[in-house]
Amino acid sequence: MIPRAVGFAALVAIVAAFPLFAGNYPVKLLQEILIWGIFAMSLDLLMGYAGMVSFGHSAFFGIGGYVAALALVKSPGLVSALLLPALAAAVGALVIGFFSIRVSGVYFIMLTLAFSQMFYAVAFQAAWLGAEDGLVGVPRPSVLGWSLASPAAFHVYLLVLVGFSALFLWRIVRSPFGHVLRGIHDNEGRMQAIGYPVNRYKLLAFVIGGTVAGVAGSLYCQLVGSISPDAFLWTTSGEALLMVIIGGTGTLGGSMLGAAAFILLQSMVSSYTERWMLILGLTFVFLVLFAPGGILGALRGRVGIRS
Amino acid sequence: MAFVPDVFGQALNGLAYGVLLFLLSVGLTLIFGMLDIVNLAHGSYYMLGAYAGLTLIAATGNFWLAVLVAPVAVALIGAGIERTCLRPLYRRGPLDQGLLTFGLIYGFEDLVKWIWSGRIRSIPTPALFSGSVQVFGATIPSYRLFVIVFGLAIAVALWALIEKTRLGAIIRAGVFDSEMTAGMGINIDRVFTGVFAFGAALAGLSGVIAGPIQSAYPPMGASILVPALIVVVVGGLGSLKGSLAGSLIIGQAETFGKVWLPGASMLMIYAVMAMILLFRPQGLFGRALK
Repeated sequence: MIPRAVGFAALVAIVAAFPLFAGNYPVKLLQEILIWGIFAMSLDLLMGYAGMVSFGHSAFFGIGGYVAALALVKSPGLVSALLLPALAAAVGALVIGFFSIRVSGVYFIMLTLAFSQMFYAVAFQAAWLGAEDGLVGVPRPSVLGWSLASPAAFHVYLLVLVGFSALFLWRIVRSPFGHVLRGIHDNEGRMQAIGYPVNRYKLLAFVIGGTVAGVAGSLYCQLVGSISPDAFLWTTSGEALLMVIIGGTGTLGGSMLGAAAFILLQSMVSSYTERWMLILGLTFVFLVLFAPGGILGALRGRVGIRS
Repeated sequence: MAFVPDVFGQALNGLAYGVLLFLLSVGLTLIFGMLDIVNLAHGSYYMLGAYAGLTLIAATGNFWLAVLVAPVAVALIGAGIERTCLRPLYRRGPLDQGLLTFGLIYGFEDLVKWIWSGRIRSIPTPALFSGSVQVFGATIPSYRLFVIVFGLAIAVALWALIEKTRLGAIIRAGVFDSEMTAGMGINIDRVFTGVFAFGAALAGLSGVIAGPIQSAYPPMGASILVPALIVVVVGGLGSLKGSLAGSLIIGQAETFGKVWLPGASMLMIYAVMAMILLFRPQGLFGRALK
């Protein structure tokens, strides 16, 4: 246990000190990894623990991003950067979840996908959301009178929020609530028979996952200073799905690794070829056909790492 | 413009759109009913149909040849995909199927961008239907009337095929219980491939005839998928009748949404879907959910 904790602390220290010895581009990549990692983890809460395979998780990422963009322009504080986006994403998740959790399997996949595309269509059409260009020139907030415009301050701020979100999700899956979710994943009928209000648990999990995704969306908007309808697009959900699967569903931490693998690969491949989407698509196909347990699953089977 | 002709004209526009959706969703619903696969890449066949049509028209100058040949080309691609990618998945859960067909959307879209570039390309209206006609005081492009008549004719032909022929009986049996059908001595594997290819062909056909109305652009497959999924959800998975009813409803909802709620037209179809799902979670004609 102790070597593991030491290793983890060392990793956190390296990530925290990264801007001290790395250039702008690697730092931006790292920050993207952290944000997408949180986004993927929130999806893993739904997929890996509650057994709800959402193809529309981008809805909450986008809601968080757009609400942050709208609010930060008005008042660049923590309320705009964190509270409002999280709240809006939670409400969005409550509504979408209310309709979607009534069904399961294929229907759930189709409904979540359809709902997220609804947000895309609305954002794409609405003039007050900047239509297809989205909202640009979003300022970074200041926290307790401390401006986050400087890269170092933003890095610390990001690190704290990402760490807090990860800890939050980690606590959730290890709480009694998380165990009920796993029970629902394994055998929904039995949990129902024991007397758990399964749908209420699923809805709550959906809302929690959506809320964290909203925070990720808001952080992303603060990182790049803009948000476009593409945040809602099915490809955003697809990328998060792939990160979760690469890392191994139901591992939470794996999603962060998956995000790292995905983003590093993307930045490397994109410098050689424009055909990144094709490669991504083929990756999905080959993963499903030849490595159903994800890369981590395939490795585990081969090397015998404990699960 | 007077109110009545205006509404009538919009209703015909909605009908034309509904018919296109029907051609798309019928394949989606048959494939689901029979193969138990939700084919998220179904919109890609619509896109491939439009681009195959584009190329054929550019090469031959003949729209009708494209209407005939493009669906065949798409059917061949569909059959290839079914044999290589989907066959191993029949015994797996919806997650794997969703992921794989999701990956196919990426793949096909980028492939089309690679071959045809990402620009929007218009498909010319065939000369025969380039004019417009007056119907009850409304001016309707005659090509839209053609699409409506053509689509409804296909719907009738499909109904006859499925309800009145031996092949149709086999397909219905396969939708109901594919294992039992195989037990009766039907080569169900071949029927699966056939149904998948047929569904892809109809989607491709929809893409070609949509060309003169909506033109061709790479994300068209992913963006038409969502209304098609909604049609299937509204009508009920696996139900042919449902996909017809759903297409007509969604076609009207979207068209009138554009007229009456221009800022939020897309919301309309979701509102319709939400209303129907609230009262009938299995869709209008769907079998009760397990």
